[in-house]
Amino acid sequence: MSAKITVENLYKVFGPDPDEGMRLLEQGLDKGAIFEKTGNTVGVRDASFSIEEGEIFVVMGLSGSGKSTIVRMLNRLIDATAGRVLIDDRDVNALSRNELIELRRRDMSMVFQSFALMPHKTVLQNAAFGLEVAGVDQETREERANKAIEQVGLKANARSYPDELSGGMQQRVGLARALAVDPSIMLMDEAFSALDPLIRTEMQDELVALQREHRRTIVFISHDLDEAMRIGDRIGIMEGGSVVQVGTPEEIVSNPANEYVRSFFYGVDVTRVYNAADIADRRQVTVLERPGVSMRSALERLYAGSRDLAVVLDRDQKYLGTVTAESLAAQIDGAGEPRYADAFVTDVEPVDATTPLAEVVARSASNRLPLPVIDEQGLYVGSITRAAVLRTLDRSGE
Amino acid sequence: MATNFRELIEIPIGPWVESGVDWVRDNLAGPLDGFAAGVGFLADGLESLLLVLPDWILAPLIIAFAWWRVGWRFGLFALIAMFLIAAMGLWRETMQTLALVIGASIIALAAGLPLGIAMARRDGVATVIRPVLDFMQTMPPFVYLIPAAIFFGLGKVPGTIATVIFAMPPAVRLTNLGIRQVSQENVEAGLAFGCTSRQLLYKVQIPLAMPSIMAGINQTIMLALSMVVIASMIGAGGLGNTVLTGIQRLDVGLGFEGGLGVVFLAILLDRMTQSFGLRRRRD
Repeated sequence: MSAKITVENLYKVFGPDPDEGMRLLEQGLDKGAIFEKTGNTVGVRDASFSIEEGEIFVVMGLSGSGKSTIVRMLNRLIDATAGRVLIDDRDVNALSRNELIELRRRDMSMVFQSFALMPHKTVLQNAAFGLEVAGVDQETREERANKAIEQVGLKANARSYPDELSGGMQQRVGLARALAVDPSIMLMDEAFSALDPLIRTEMQDELVALQREHRRTIVFISHDLDEAMRIGDRIGIMEGGSVVQVGTPEEIVSNPANEYVRSFFYGVDVTRVYNAADIADRRQVTVLERPGVSMRSALERLYAGSRDLAVVLDRDQKYLGTVTAESLAAQIDGAGEPRYADAFVTDVEPVDATTPLAEVVARSASNRLPLPVIDEQGLYVGSITRAAVLRTLDRSGE
Repeated sequence: MATNFRELIEIPIGPWVESGVDWVRDNLAGPLDGFAAGVGFLADGLESLLLVLPDWILAPLIIAFAWWRVGWRFGLFALIAMFLIAAMGLWRETMQTLALVIGASIIALAAGLPLGIAMARRDGVATVIRPVLDFMQTMPPFVYLIPAAIFFGLGKVPGTIATVIFAMPPAVRLTNLGIRQVSQENVEAGLAFGCTSRQLLYKVQIPLAMPSIMAGINQTIMLALSMVVIASMIGAGGLGNTVLTGIQRLDVGLGFEGGLGVVFLAILLDRMTQSFGLRRRRD
């Protein structure tokens, strides 16, 4: 495999005076300072990477990270401020207008987030758009467009108009339009982001399947990690206009370059979002302290359920304490009248329902037993086991 | 106070305009005459075309067209309108007005659409043209009658020219707006697939701006109709004459008949041109 697209020290500064912006960048000023001083926005900053022939390269980043700008510099919809883009070792920025048009017609096509279909053209005519522009005669272009439509499974809808199709089908037309010109490079700008999740994964799988049939170099822009992992051979992660890490999905997951990259995997910090009541459950054995119900029967319930502790409540569901099978048995076998109060384990303190998860994590780490959760009236809400804490933390990593 | 100020500083805007108009009349007589001849040829040609056909041929044609473009209800309306116009004895005047409207609209669109496209493609052009359009639209339409009459005398030609000036702005504006409103992604799609700038205009921007452009054309035609009535004051003829005569004689009935004819014509033209703004497919 060899490099199909090489990006070398690419910069894009938008605004009234890009050169001034570049000069300040060289002096080491950051994006915010440059905007404040000159009104110029740094879109892409010193991006360098290469994309191999035949791979799906996903450029990932939050909105405003420069990923859409960078992909538009590959086919020069946006002119770079500095740096080079080489496609098959030809410098795109040095091409004349006609050479550039030739390159766009022959070698690269593009799929857009909002589909960008022509509403006055049928599916077939839309798919043939690139060929029409390139001056291919009608018979040939319809034949090739038909083939592309068939590849994306829209043969039956060739004569429909875009507004008669669902979003997923419209994007298939967008894909067919890109495939019809048989390009060696396809640029896909958030191509599946506007689709609902089920259709999105379906389209992702289809793209991978198409890729199996005919390998093209695909540059795919996405803000969705799942998508990037699913289809990407390699992923480049952008932050604030810079490319912060390039690697295979495995490399990036196992060795994220910085906190920003890691944040894609962990999303929001759940320990600040959840509180104790959110993860408490009532699966623990509860016993009511009341006359006539013997402690012995409570112990038997614990043995029968192979549980080793019970939460003791009063008649109003108020939390009294926690007993373990051991403390209960010791109290029953001991001298004198057995009382729950004497069987309570001392190291279990109830937590308030509104306690943030971060604090619960600390508490449960230092305590083997499930933590009882009570509300402001002292009523029992439920218990938090260690397993529940771990499950919650793990879910956030999905 | 006002008189004092006028005595202190006098800027003779009126006299300047007057001498400017005089200069144009004296020095540009040749081009003006040529222009007048062209406009006159168009206006006369259209009028004789509409009048050479007898009403029993033309009216059914218009009714059929209304039915085809809009629907049977509107066809029915066209039938009643045609019948009433003929019954009021205003057929000839109505056709004269229609010819003027069509002639003025053709000229206004021939100039306005390319101008709108130029505005959309170059911000510089837009900056220059926009205030001119504002001026054209806000200047009271009667004012155009004066220079038109000075340059071209009385009759259909100055009437047509005053109408063109008054009716052109919406076509220019809405063409410009429509093209500018084509979504960025559609323009990018055009470019990404290798459109030249001419292809981008004809294959992407104009087709996608079509609803807006058609709205502009519709507005231009409607404005032309309203101006044609005013233009009767400089002898443009047609239904405006009927209304004008009604005013001069304080003849309410005559004025109302003329007005009704204008209303019928307006509704017919409006609906029929609007029908072209709707996207046509499967044809």
